[in-house]
Amino acid sequence: MLLNQFLLLAAVLFAIGVYGVLTRKNGVLVLMSIELILNSVNINLVAFGTFNADVSGQVFALFIIAVAAAEVGVGLAIVLLIYRNRRSIDVSEADMLKG
Amino acid sequence: MLSTTSLFAVSAEIADPVVKTNLLYEWVGLVPGTMALSFLLILFFGKKLPYKGAEIGITAISLSFLFAVAMAFTWIIDTQSVLNGDKGETAAAVVVDDPIGVGETAAPLIPLAEEGEKARVTIDPIVKEFDWLENGNTTFGVGTLVDGQSVMMLFVVTFISLLVHVFSTDYVGGDRRYTHYFAFLSLFTASMLFMVLSTNTLQLIVGWELVGVCSFALIGHWWEEKANSDAALKAFLTNRVGDIGLLVGMITLYFGAGGTFDIIDINSQAVAGEIDHTLLLIASCCLMAAVASKSGQFILHTWLPDAMAGPTPVSALIHAATMVVAGVYMIARLYPVFWDGLSISGSNINLMALMGGITCVFGGALAFVQTDVKKVLAYSTVSQLGYMVLALGVGAYTAGLFHLFTHAFFKACLFLGAGSLSHACHHTFDMREMGGLRKIMPKTFATFVIGSLALAGAFPFAGFWSKDEILAGAGVWPGTGGNGTYYIPFWFGMLTAAMTAGYMARVIWLVFMGEYRGHAHPHENGNRITVPLMILAFMATIAGFLNMPKPFADFLGIKDAGLAFEHWVEPASVAHFPAISHASPSLSLAIVASLVAGAAAAAVWAYYRRLHQMDPKATAYTDSFVANNKLIRAGHTMLVEKYYLDHLYTHLIAGGTKGPLARAAYWFNQNVLDGTVNVAGRSTASLGRFVYRYIDQGAIDGAVNASGLGASGSGQVLRGIQSGKIRSYATLMFGAAALLAAVFIVVV
Amino acid sequence: MSLFALIAQETPQFLPQNIAFGVIAVISVVAALKMVTTSNVVHAALYLVLVLASVAATYILLAAEFVAATQILVYIGAVMVLMLFGVMLTRAQIGAEDDLNHDQRWIGGLVAALLLAVMSYALIDHYGDDRLPETIVPQTTAEVSDEIFSTYIVPFEAISVLLLAALIGAIVVARRD
Repeated sequence: MLLNQFLLLAAVLFAIGVYGVLTRKNGVLVLMSIELILNSVNINLVAFGTFNADVSGQVFALFIIAVAAAEVGVGLAIVLLIYRNRRSIDVSEADMLKG
Repeated sequence: MLSTTSLFAVSAEIADPVVKTNLLYEWVGLVPGTMALSFLLILFFGKKLPYKGAEIGITAISLSFLFAVAMAFTWIIDTQSVLNGDKGETAAAVVVDDPIGVGETAAPLIPLAEEGEKARVTIDPIVKEFDWLENGNTTFGVGTLVDGQSVMMLFVVTFISLLVHVFSTDYVGGDRRYTHYFAFLSLFTASMLFMVLSTNTLQLIVGWELVGVCSFALIGHWWEEKANSDAALKAFLTNRVGDIGLLVGMITLYFGAGGTFDIIDINSQAVAGEIDHTLLLIASCCLMAAVASKSGQFILHTWLPDAMAGPTPVSALIHAATMVVAGVYMIARLYPVFWDGLSISGSNINLMALMGGITCVFGGALAFVQTDVKKVLAYSTVSQLGYMVLALGVGAYTAGLFHLFTHAFFKACLFLGAGSLSHACHHTFDMREMGGLRKIMPKTFATFVIGSLALAGAFPFAGFWSKDEILAGAGVWPGTGGNGTYYIPFWFGMLTAAMTAGYMARVIWLVFMGEYRGHAHPHENGNRITVPLMILAFMATIAGFLNMPKPFADFLGIKDAGLAFEHWVEPASVAHFPAISHASPSLSLAIVASLVAGAAAAAVWAYYRRLHQMDPKATAYTDSFVANNKLIRAGHTMLVEKYYLDHLYTHLIAGGTKGPLARAAYWFNQNVLDGTVNVAGRSTASLGRFVYRYIDQGAIDGAVNASGLGASGSGQVLRGIQSGKIRSYATLMFGAAALLAAVFIVVV
Repeated sequence: MSLFALIAQETPQFLPQNIAFGVIAVISVVAALKMVTTSNVVHAALYLVLVLASVAATYILLAAEFVAATQILVYIGAVMVLMLFGVMLTRAQIGAEDDLNHDQRWIGGLVAALLLAVMSYALIDHYGDDRLPETIVPQTTAEVSDEIFSTYIVPFEAISVLLLAALIGAIVVARRD
């Protein structure tokens, strides 16, 4: 099997994830797209781990899964907070970063 | 660095390691440990104690100081015995071939003063390291490295810190965050010692950053006033700029040296030429940026004078004697890296020498126009740090460190003296509010004058010896030798010697001579303030004799005393230190430099005397001479504005990047993101917004706003980038990442 | 040389894997596309399940069983339930919504396409015909755990702290006062 098969699949998923992050308005959907991005990175790590016969790739893939879990938890908490305060999770309305 | 045998490359031969050790060297880690423990104890229990935690801090620093003194003495005894031919404990047994001619059987004292310089051997550094953590195949260690340099620094830091602790009990007595203050003094001392004793570059970075944090906390001690917290932030942020250089430099070294953080290993490889020269050059340039920020070298020095917002003892401890010399210390620690990277040997200019030279002249000039006595001293510190960097840059290793050593005493003396003045004069540092204090505060006066004489380099005070060695080390003066012919740094150094004498004469006149111009009722301070001053003044008087040139020591009839400091501190005949050639002392140079400094001081003194005769209450600022000469006035304004560097940073660089960036983002936001689709639907609305933004607001704010829009980031423009829309931020980020990646692909 | 030509030169022993990869790749890409374009939030979540499952299948193809198992347990088990809770708690409509996307989708598409182009170019340019080893030795769970608990013990501890911090942070952020 070619290494590139996996890397290109990951690249496609990554790009789709970026598209999702940039176009979705719903906060939960944005989070889902971020999960997609993280997964594509994981494919890369595991593919390189197999390619180089090195366990480190898998180890870091596991680390990323753990970090992603943490990220979802905090991200959803933030989305919920936004929803509670504004009755909407439209991220394009969240422009309070404006100084 | 003055030696009678400059023609011989002294350290070129590498002797067998001389190993010496004892409990003190092994357990020196207890010293920073004690201070760190003291920090925790003060933090948790300080407020409940009768003296609010000061007693813990003073006990801890006293113990540390005793330890440091004991270690310094042991080190001196050991070094002297090795100089006299002792081969150490383990090495003697394995010596087979003796490259330097000190056989086990021969055992005679190698005569030091004559050809013996060739045979100078120093003790190998005593390293004790623990594995701190392990990741991948890299182990990160933490430990202690004892050699002449760290023993010297340990002594200086604990000594100054002890005196500052004592001084502070009176000076900040009754402060609302008294306990907090002492806790941070402890933490500061601990982190400085941690950095000084570091065995690897990683530990050095950690110590370096910890020192920065403590400095931030102490500068902003009185944070209720905005100026103070601004100064703290400025110090912190300016140091961040340099820290990037530190990180990049250290990482370059890590990879250049084949994956090691170990300082001795890196140094040995640099000496042996195993690290690529280009890599060393890159690393040294990056590290110089770190030095520029931490040690206040020119263009990143602007934080140091502002840092005077902190309590005065802090200024003495941190911004004069110890923390700011961290950069100088780091250069000395990794000297082989700079030695090779910047090609110090046999050159006539390099980055380090030039940076030091510029800093000492420009800093000295700024000291002339300050009205705040602490600011004069701050710029003087900038200038003297430049001197140290210059010394290291021209290859005068010992001279640089010796100046660090002497400077610590007299600058701490001067700063604490300034604190004493302010304590007496109702908390003002303004010299226009002082004058005539010599009769009122005789002890402060005497110690301040001694400190000034030492700073100005008057014989026989401490500064004279170290300054003179630096000038000789530049290798320009006939008969000095040295490592190259550094003309520009030498003349910069000479000019600085004159300026130093000049501005100190000005300070002494304004503060102590004439009549009192303020409105307080000055009085001499109590013992807790004056005794540290007297101790420091004493040190400022005698410290210079530690490194007398040999001929002078012979003249005094104490043969072995010449160059003692050099023998104790500078490594020789070891694999991890380059072969430095030493400059020889020059009596004529010493005389000329003293005359120059004396003439400058006399000129300034005469000027103020005349001024005083015309108007007893005058300070320089009402004087017609300055006011009427156009050229002088322009120069004066430029100095008062600190070469407009702060303007450059805040307005041109920060504002300049904000402005165009803001406008570009605003344009992008309006035209591309929102515009395209919304134009039809929202054209009316945006027209209204446009009218509001540009015409309504413009009409109200008028020309000010218009110029702001045109040139720098005024509120109007900034509002554009801060649309707050996360999506446009994300789009910009991903788009920029993709473009940069494309650029990267094309370039690489 | 095109990717498919390279695949065609494959040794016959990898044929089943290649077929499986083709199926998985098509499923995951299609599901991912549906996920970012569908107008129903719950459907999007279900498409995400599909993507995650096919990613897990990819791991198995790469002989990383433990990661695949973790992927299923953590992502499809825990993360997806969290997501669905998120959907529920924010009271998404049942059925299609028409206001899930921004108006200027083309900008997002442009950026994503640019990213994809750059990455593909770099990958094909650099890893042109690198192949996985002829015999892929599966790395056992024991090996993975040995590595985590010896070499990477520090990052592991750091992640533990991170998870704890995230736990506390999420509670603090989301609880009602």
